[in-house]
Amino acid sequence: MNALKSGGCQLLLQGNEAIVEGAIAAGCRFFAGYPITPATEISEVMSYRLPAVDGTFIQMEDEIASMGAIVGASLAGAKSMTATSGPGFSLMQENLGFACIAEVPCVIVNVMRGGPSTGIPTQVSQGDVMQTRWGTHGDHPIIVLSVSTTQDCFSITVKAFNLAEKYRTPVIILADEVVAHTREKIFLPHPGEVEVIDRIRPNMPPDWYIPYEDTSRGVPPMAAFGEGYRYHVTGLVHDSRGFPTQRPDEVKGLMSRLFRKINQHFFDIQMVEEEATEDAEVLTVAYGSVARSARRATREARARGIKAGMIQLVTLWPFPRQVVEPMLRKVRAVLVPELNVGQVSREVKRVNQGVTRVETLNRIDGNLITPEEILSRLLKI
Amino acid sequence: MDSNRYEIRISGSGGQGIIISGIILAEAAGIYDGKYVCQTQSYGPEARGGSSRAEVVVSDDPIDYPKAMKPDLLLAMNQKACDTYIFDLKPGGILMVNSTLVKQLPTTRAIAIPFTQMARERTGKEMIANIIALGALASLTGVVSLRSLEAAVLSRVPKGTEELNKKALEAGIEAARGITDKSEEIGMEFYENIADE
Repeated sequence: MNALKSGGCQLLLQGNEAIVEGAIAAGCRFFAGYPITPATEISEVMSYRLPAVDGTFIQMEDEIASMGAIVGASLAGAKSMTATSGPGFSLMQENLGFACIAEVPCVIVNVMRGGPSTGIPTQVSQGDVMQTRWGTHGDHPIIVLSVSTTQDCFSITVKAFNLAEKYRTPVIILADEVVAHTREKIFLPHPGEVEVIDRIRPNMPPDWYIPYEDTSRGVPPMAAFGEGYRYHVTGLVHDSRGFPTQRPDEVKGLMSRLFRKINQHFFDIQMVEEEATEDAEVLTVAYGSVARSARRATREARARGIKAGMIQLVTLWPFPRQVVEPMLRKVRAVLVPELNVGQVSREVKRVNQGVTRVETLNRIDGNLITPEEILSRLLKI
Repeated sequence: MDSNRYEIRISGSGGQGIIISGIILAEAAGIYDGKYVCQTQSYGPEARGGSSRAEVVVSDDPIDYPKAMKPDLLLAMNQKACDTYIFDLKPGGILMVNSTLVKQLPTTRAIAIPFTQMARERTGKEMIANIIALGALASLTGVVSLRSLEAAVLSRVPKGTEELNKKALEAGIEAARGITDKSEEIGMEFYENIADE
């Protein structure tokens, strides 16, 4: 903790601490949250790191208010973030939907622990994958990124802010207890070396500003409250001026644009890491801390002469179909290890459409899947 | 495949400084010695008195799986930790115990040093037993250089306790040297059981 400062240096940091450093490097200047294991260190470190860069930290009364506060801060022009774990993430769903329909960029970190309810606070799980996709009601697109190393926690957090700003959408970072609490040596780049993207702001006079106007990218310019651009923000389906509408063409226009702005930029959003996939015959698809076990198991399988490969999903939603689908066609069998009874494996099976054998490896006892467990399955598959 | 991967598990009860020992060791190896490190921990919801475990993986190559699979070294600071984890140890791995609190050794191959008693006698503070243990651990295994360990200890301990911690480190290093010297004299491998009380 003594050496926690940004700028071209090597530090021993926890994943949670690295998320804070990534957020600050990406320009986050507002954090509202309520502490919860295993995400508490994010609030704790934010409480003294943000004031040091003229940012604002607020400990809210609960997670409903935390989510409301970061939406408000973002509408006022600040890059904002909150962090929580399962129980708090459940409380955030309503305002998360508001951020989706009102197109408010913000970043929500969910450090997964065992659940449902208060569950097992100090142990690891990957039970919230589907909640990040469908937790808030209504048909909506969302971007969800997963992290597996401390270095990821820094760089993926920067990417999360960049995607949020670029597409005016909430972005969820899905971490887990192991990633959040593992301390590793990481390299923090000098602030000037980090690519930071900011939202496009209106360049027309305030009177000409149409806040939800369609553009070729599908992402309207965003004015900060208080800059003279007066407009209406609502959770109701709205017209291009931000006022509630029931006109079918306007309703359809808004809903399709929300999907289009994400869908037409799939290739910018989908991120995966591949290991030994060129000539792979058996493939592991993993994410989060389990990807580290899968990487070791893949290497050990190779050392035993098995042509194993792995895909680590960084982007979980939208599901990176364009990368996974062609790989499924090339290999003999696929293993999906995860710390739930099968959430990403359902997606893999959907994309697979019954072509290749897809097996699952599930662990729900609060412990991480070990490399040996994956290896023993790869040897048999 | 990463044959130089070295896994350490430090275990005892909450309040014995188990996790801070893991952090200091990881910082010494990672930041001061320049190796790759991963430090993980496991603890219950209690603040004190529950079981506490810290693990450090040190390697010359990037580390994939962050936890210890078969520890090369197990440091048990109390009896329960020793009983729980002894059989996870890699064959030929080193068991180091705090013999003040570990009275029943499940193997004849163990390094037994009375860390808590030494802390009480030499510094008057039992809580510094973890730093004495780190000194002994580094001296016996060479997994971190003593100079790096000292730098990491001094950067992590509260201001005003530097001299006390240095003294504790030296006590640990000395105790470990006593064991290696003695085992050479009688022609034993240094990790055979030499209870030194």
